Amino acid sequence: MSDTATHAPGSTKDGETRRDFLLIATSTVGVVGAALAAWPFIDSMNPAADTLALSSTEVDLSPIEEGQSITVVWRGKPVFIRKRTDKEIKEAQAVKLEDLPDPQADKDRVKKPEWLVMVGVCTHLGCIPLGQKVGEPKGEFGGWFCPCHGSHYDTSGRIRKGPAPENLYIPDYAFLEDNRIKIG
Amino acid sequence: MSNAFMNNPVIKWIEYRLPIFSFMDESVGSKYPTPKNLNYWWTFGSLAGIVLVIMIATGIMLAMQYTAHTDYAFESVERIMRDVNYGWLLRYLHMNGGSMFFILVYIHMFRGLYFGSYKAPRELLWIIGVFIILAMMATAFMGYVLPWGQMSFWGATVITNLFSAVPLVGEWIVQWLWGGFSVDNPTLNRFYALHYLFPFVIFALVFVHLWALHVHKSNNPVGVEIKGPQDTIPFHPYFTIKDMVGFGVFMIFFLGFVFFAPDFFGEPDNYIKANPLVTPAHIVPEWYFLPFYAILRAFDFNILFLPAKLLGVIAMFMSILILLFLPWLDTSKVRSARYRPIYKQFFWLFFVVCILLGVVGGKPADHLFFGLIPAIYVGKAATAYYFAHFIILTPLIGWLEKPRPLPDSISAAVTKSGTSGQGAGS
Repeated sequence: MSDTATHAPGSTKDGETRRDFLLIATSTVGVVGAALAAWPFIDSMNPAADTLALSSTEVDLSPIEEGQSITVVWRGKPVFIRKRTDKEIKEAQAVKLEDLPDPQADKDRVKKPEWLVMVGVCTHLGCIPLGQKVGEPKGEFGGWFCPCHGSHYDTSGRIRKGPAPENLYIPDYAFLEDNRIKIG
Repeated sequence: MSNAFMNNPVIKWIEYRLPIFSFMDESVGSKYPTPKNLNYWWTFGSLAGIVLVIMIATGIMLAMQYTAHTDYAFESVERIMRDVNYGWLLRYLHMNGGSMFFILVYIHMFRGLYFGSYKAPRELLWIIGVFIILAMMATAFMGYVLPWGQMSFWGATVITNLFSAVPLVGEWIVQWLWGGFSVDNPTLNRFYALHYLFPFVIFALVFVHLWALHVHKSNNPVGVEIKGPQDTIPFHPYFTIKDMVGFGVFMIFFLGFVFFAPDFFGEPDNYIKANPLVTPAHIVPEWYFLPFYAILRAFDFNILFLPAKLLGVIAMFMSILILLFLPWLDTSKVRSARYRPIYKQFFWLFFVVCILLGVVGGKPADHLFFGLIPAIYVGKAATAYYFAHFIILTPLIGWLEKPRPLPDSISAAVTKSGTSGQGAGS
């Protein structure tokens, strides 16, 4: 515009005109508007209301013997519940925090020492670790072993060796009675 | 095209209003000059294009029979196999066609690497190609989820979980991809929608790829630019015929798998319906992802504040994205490896390393080669070499290597006198 022979009305010394301002202002409003209009499209892919409303799960713990594990489904994911033996509890409590990739004391991961409740999804890439059933590999630390990429978890479900960055997640849960928990 | 054809009144009427016939003739016909020395390595691009059309055609027919719901997807695929007329043929063509597409495109890419087809002025042509392979990978990954077998489900789980490595927003991204808290029905539905969309995105990218190709024309085995008409022959009939020969040989190979070994590239576990509570003992991606899977797994150690998982994910994506920078990483002015004695050897070494990465990617995490060498160490060494090839070796070779003397022109390369412009056929 500054190149035109006749100066546009309102032009300043360095060639800026009101038209430049209007052009930039209009373009900006247009871009911001388009970005805002994109949000409903993006947000429609987020978990829908019915998915979010998935109920919590109640579990009766009374049939589980010491040294036994069960797997329950919560929000489409497996939750491991293990009644740990005294040996496993002692092992979990004896580990020094500085030996852990994701330091967390065993007492911070359980509500009652014998009951370990955690989401049974490897924190690496989401496989289900082995170790729930008798005869499955439990890894080098006597807990769980993820077959996909070789992560070893200890008897507190903490990552000890392999590519997983974090300990197995502890879901929100509460003891309704001595032998009954509600997850979620 | 012939004068008789162009003088046909109907053709003339159309041509006057929409010059489509002259456009075709100038794009893939007798008016498109092509280097006369192109060998069979130059047929893989058009073969890949034909396979894209086969994939879209078979895919649309399959879509008419498939049900994208976790309760019906697996059964609807079995119905296609057993009850739908020629359903088995359409599915096996589509299934094996995916593998064929990757074989052809990988050869096409190694062709580009060997003959330096990515160098100026074809950088954008190469970069568009990198976007095509990325779009192909996304399409193939989502397509593999649709039959809702065990490998479908766990492949989807592992790959979508890669995004949880992104700091801060990773968890949010993964739930956004899933539309829930795990791979489930919303995930299957959106993968189906996107798997249908992406081939058309690839088609558009291929169009832009060809557009860029037609500006500076094909590279050639000598790697010297076209100097004049004596260096070229018309695309039609010479290279349409050559491509058809390649197509015939390729179809024997392709249909050999379709009819005699349709599950050769597949995993038996994918004929087990998806079970969110049981991970298969050994999750492997499809063969065409194995080298990248090996790179992902090579990082089982943290570097400073970067956790192993994030490093693996970054390395895996970088292994492809680094190709975007190759035109500037290669400092040699000479294109073809025929005239680059040192680069030629490193090219083949790089090729072997890529195959090795594929082998490592197919083994379990704790596998020992010969019962002795841990696969993870081989994977780490091969990953290091893969990146060193691009970042260190490629620029260094370009600086230090003394290339063999280039012929004056494409024609001169095959004439005894070696003088420019006196081609054997002229």
